[in-house]
Amino acid sequence: MFQIFAKNRMWRKQPLKHRYEVVIIGGGVHGLSTAYYLGKLGVTDVAVLDKGYLGGGASARTTAIIRSNYLTPEGIPFFNESVKLYEGLAKELNFNLLFNQMGRLDLGHTDSAVYGLRMRTEFNRILGVDSRLIGPKEIKKLVPSIDLREGKHFPILAALYHPPCGVIRHDAVVWGYGRGADRQGAELHPFTEVTGIDRTNGRVTGVETSQGLVKANTVISATAGWSSTIAKMVDLELPITTHALQAMVTEPLKPFLDKTISSANLHAYVYQTDRGEVVIGGGVDPYPSYSQRSTFQQMEELAANTLEMFPCLKNVNVLRQWAGLCDMTPDYAPILGPVDGIEGFILSCGWGSWGFKAAPVAGKRVAELIATGETPELIKPFSLSRFREGNLVNERAAAPAAAIH
Amino acid sequence: MAFLLNCPNCGERNVHEFRFGGEATSRPTPNSTPDDWIRYFYNRGNVAGVQREWWNHRYGCRKWFFALRDTVSNQIQETLWP
Ligand SMILES: Cc1cc2nc3c(=O)[nH]c(=O)nc-3n(C[C@H](O)[C@H](O)[C@H](O)COP(=O)(O)OP(=O)(O)OC[C@H]3O[C@@H](n4cnc5c(N)ncnc54)[C@H](O)[C@@H]3O)c2cc1C
Ligand SMILES: [Zn+2]
Repeated sequence: MFQIFAKNRMWRKQPLKHRYEVVIIGGGVHGLSTAYYLGKLGVTDVAVLDKGYLGGGASARTTAIIRSNYLTPEGIPFFNESVKLYEGLAKELNFNLLFNQMGRLDLGHTDSAVYGLRMRTEFNRILGVDSRLIGPKEIKKLVPSIDLREGKHFPILAALYHPPCGVIRHDAVVWGYGRGADRQGAELHPFTEVTGIDRTNGRVTGVETSQGLVKANTVISATAGWSSTIAKMVDLELPITTHALQAMVTEPLKPFLDKTISSANLHAYVYQTDRGEVVIGGGVDPYPSYSQRSTFQQMEELAANTLEMFPCLKNVNVLRQWAGLCDMTPDYAPILGPVDGIEGFILSCGWGSWGFKAAPVAGKRVAELIATGETPELIKPFSLSRFREGNLVNERAAAPAAAIH
Repeated sequence: MAFLLNCPNCGERNVHEFRFGGEATSRPTPNSTPDDWIRYFYNRGNVAGVQREWWNHRYGCRKWFFALRDTVSNQIQETLWP
């Protein structure tokens, strides 16, 4: 009986070797997708090391909203490619990812917010992303349960409607990429903590781990909230602070909402899952911390802000609340690619509260960078050197950005 | 994770009465290199451990002070006037 399970394991358990071509630190969605796309390019001498179980970091705690209605000419095409990849991913990985492209409304409560949404809509359309600005009449049609009364504290004046936005089964994405990477030859090593990075003459030569020394030509850090601790191992300081982001979910209700609703002013977003639960996110704790524990304060604020949009949720019970670590950057954009002066060290971080949706495109493009040695155009704007060069991306349409700066 | 912070003026209060003011850093001198300024503007130690940071008792006495906080456990080791 148990043999059946042993045979059908999603990835092999094997001894850690002493050298690999590529070592990926961090077995979250980013580390695993990078391993998967490396395999597709024929780079299969790859090990993914995680200090915990695979996908146990932010990838386990995400609310998994996938969209491309961003603001900047750098961000929009980047996230758009990711949405496209997600659309074909279940088939590619032969894994049911339950990708439900329900559509999303970003609410505008003030004239200036509506102005911002209009600007985003136009940028989206120019770059081929399906977005449009809609008024209360259409909002009412799409979301009958939303409170459209005038004269309240946060009246709903308009919304940016983005039909391709979806929600995905996040564990399945992690497992699907893991299984895919394993089948192509990569090795996945959970419970293997990286404790140091070795260098000679400015070149990375391997990593020290809780399971011994491992040599490698290329070391990728895909450790999200822990990125600063890895960077420190190569004497690098990053423009990143680690904050807990919190979310919660209610008891299941009859289906009443089939769109994702987000309000930047209220720092809250809401959607109903296929099981009827209402997922409510994303409050960023206003101080940095490596503690993955939630607070009563955030639950209270998220609840109050949700009721501002959906008074019908009054008296509904919250079932669970949780927190995950986010690697916040000053311009709400990721940091991707090599680091000047540290040969063979690649960063994939700065995923903040917005990174799950980017796993396919980032994995694919970072893999391309490693296989070819050339940084793909799409990810050039996200280099670490942008801070030195004064070329910040300023992606203000990222999830709960305003709360901490 | 919520915790209590010891305002040197008012005593132990809920952290949500306070505003986090960033890691304690020192401003480069005017003749510092651009790299020093970039480090000062953007880079952060972001340590998983004890760090020295600014806090402001926003909904209290409104005074600024330093705290030595363990960012993993959120335990405050010490608070002190600048
Ligand atoms: C509550 C919440 C809601 C979110 N909602 C969304 C959303 O709706 N849409 C969206 O796009 N994004 C969202 N995000 C952000 C998204 O979840 C993250 O950006 C993404 O999961 C990051 O993936 P990752 O693989 O880079 O990091 P992680 O999944 O955090 O993986 C990093 C891994 O590195 C490992 N690690 C750390 N240090 C070491 C070490 N020394 N040695 C070995 N391994 C190490 C950790 O154990 C961890 O497994 C949300 C995040 C949170 C917390
Ligand atoms: Zn005080």
